[in-house]
Amino acid sequence: MSYFDLADRPLRELNAALHALPVDTNDTHWNVENPAGRHAIACGLTVPITVDLKGHVGYYCAGMNKDADVTIRGNAGVGVAENMMSGRVTVKGDASQSAGASGRGGLLVIEGNAAARCGISMKGIDIVVKGSVGPMSAFMAQKGNLVVFGDAGEALGDSLYEARLFVRGTVASLGADCVETTMGDDDRAALAAVLDEAGLADPGDFRLYASARSLYHFKVDNLDAY
Amino acid sequence: MTHRTLPRFSATFDPHTISEIQRAAATGIYDIRGGGAKRRVPHFDDLLFLGASVSRYPLEGYRERCGTDVVLGTRFAREPVRLKIPVTVAGMSFGSLSAQAKEALGRGASAMGTSTTTGDGGMTEEERGHSTTLVYQLLPSRYGMSPDDLRRADAIEVVVGQGAKPGGGGMLLGQKINERVAEMRDLPEGIDQRSACRHPDWTGPDDLEIKIEELREITDWRIPIYVKVGASRPYYDVALAVKSGADVVVLDGMQGGTAATQEVFIEHVGIPTLAAIRPAVKALEDLGMHRKVQLVVSGGIRSGADVAKALALGADAVSIGTAALIALGDNDPALEEEYRALGTTAGAYDDWHEGNDPAGITTQRPELASRLDPVLAGRRLANYLGVLTLEAQTIARACGKSHVHNLEPEDLVALTIEAAAMAGVPLAGTDWIPGRGL
Repeated sequence: MSYFDLADRPLRELNAALHALPVDTNDTHWNVENPAGRHAIACGLTVPITVDLKGHVGYYCAGMNKDADVTIRGNAGVGVAENMMSGRVTVKGDASQSAGASGRGGLLVIEGNAAARCGISMKGIDIVVKGSVGPMSAFMAQKGNLVVFGDAGEALGDSLYEARLFVRGTVASLGADCVETTMGDDDRAALAAVLDEAGLADPGDFRLYASARSLYHFKVDNLDAY
Repeated sequence: MTHRTLPRFSATFDPHTISEIQRAAATGIYDIRGGGAKRRVPHFDDLLFLGASVSRYPLEGYRERCGTDVVLGTRFAREPVRLKIPVTVAGMSFGSLSAQAKEALGRGASAMGTSTTTGDGGMTEEERGHSTTLVYQLLPSRYGMSPDDLRRADAIEVVVGQGAKPGGGGMLLGQKINERVAEMRDLPEGIDQRSACRHPDWTGPDDLEIKIEELREITDWRIPIYVKVGASRPYYDVALAVKSGADVVVLDGMQGGTAATQEVFIEHVGIPTLAAIRPAVKALEDLGMHRKVQLVVSGGIRSGADVAKALALGADAVSIGTAALIALGDNDPALEEEYRALGTTAGAYDDWHEGNDPAGITTQRPELASRLDPVLAGRRLANYLGVLTLEAQTIARACGKSHVHNLEPEDLVALTIEAAAMAGVPLAGTDWIPGRGL
């Protein structure tokens, strides 16, 4: 186990050390003290290690993560796990805007709430939020699953493509081309797989929101939606 | 015999305007096309160089050296981009362009020691493999964005906007979304794809500074980070890009092309390239960063004269897009019959979004794309880049400069009051720079 105190050593040193690890490293667990809201902590990781951040983090923590398992024992700033490719990122507290933005794979678990634009432009990532998500979540979401145990803010899933949005609580409003739909076997299997990966039980009362696919081709008749 | 005057066309309702009204009335939708502004705007043609005379010594053509090399990204990057010529190839996506066209761009640029740039759709093996120096764009859509590609790029370009449509996103129509394009963009095949106009995880210069820091951390501060803006408020945009930590600012004027957007956007939003350069340079000078943060100018660069004029006004390099496609074979008169069948003519073809390009460049149709030989097309681009460089050197030598970067505003005059005011150089034959008093 490696120990790194960001109160004593610069962030550049931490990220450089994490980036230098070979894929078969034995140095597989890192404890990081005093993150103190710094930006870009543990971004761009490429190897299957675990990183435990003991406090709040700033913007883009674990951005573009590949294979690593990063835990934030506090709140996360804007764009946590943005463009994540694989691996897992867990936020023990709340997450700010654009959590998991454009993520292409892996699992992001937010144990608190997520602010606006959670899952914006997501491209294959799975996101589980145990609390609620803010407005414009899953805006232009392309692929992957967003699972919200709490409520969703206004304009959920605006201009949605093929991502699935599972919400257990209330939805303030749906965005353009996002509709509530009946869960099929594939949807149930996808939800079960995400919850299983997150280590959570399915309370059985999620509702599914998906694209109506009416905006997939530009049509003059849809002018009101544009 | 009845005496009648000749039919008189309105200057306001000219034939093109009338045809657009008729088209709009018939279809109910705005016109979409590729390319940049086609209207006449003040441009480099409105400037002239003052060659050497009694008070200036020229350099000998074909003999005395006139350097053309340029280094981009000297501010923070450990490995700045080193180019042999001050002309780069602008970002154009795989998706909007065929794989063959992307390969040809890489081949041509590499042959001349310069860079090419990815575009909105990710990095293809063809362009990485054939581009010695490749700039990887980070766009609002993040289509195909990958940390592995970030690390195998030679520079990163954060795209805030482009000259053809500052403030606008994009739309790649479904007919160009084949299986490979769809897979790279994580979207279903055959549907229209919106490219967002805002980045998903940052808004404003304070956020951009943090975003750039993240990109530097991911790439271990190795490669330069460019910020590309469409020309609208160049003084402030350049200043904010510098403040945000950019190594290089790319400034794209309204003549800069796009794969597809609304005609009304292309022709009515943004400012001409000529009008954008001096405010951008002033921003750099006011911050003490001119030549420390490099400025790349694009939008309507066609000749070595344009290259030399942009450099004289303070740019470090220029970038070409539309001209590069023409060099590959776009709008070739040899294809006139096919252009006619598409309702256009060689020299005017701009329906790049429809995917029916007979030259095989702006298409994903295999039978059309296969018409473009990447080796031959790359050779044509290399030839053209060589001519641009030779022409710029010719002018620089005539002005007594041993390096194209030694060209300066003092070497220029303007033919029109508008160009004089925009470029900040005197009207030819006078000492008058409009807006700067007598």
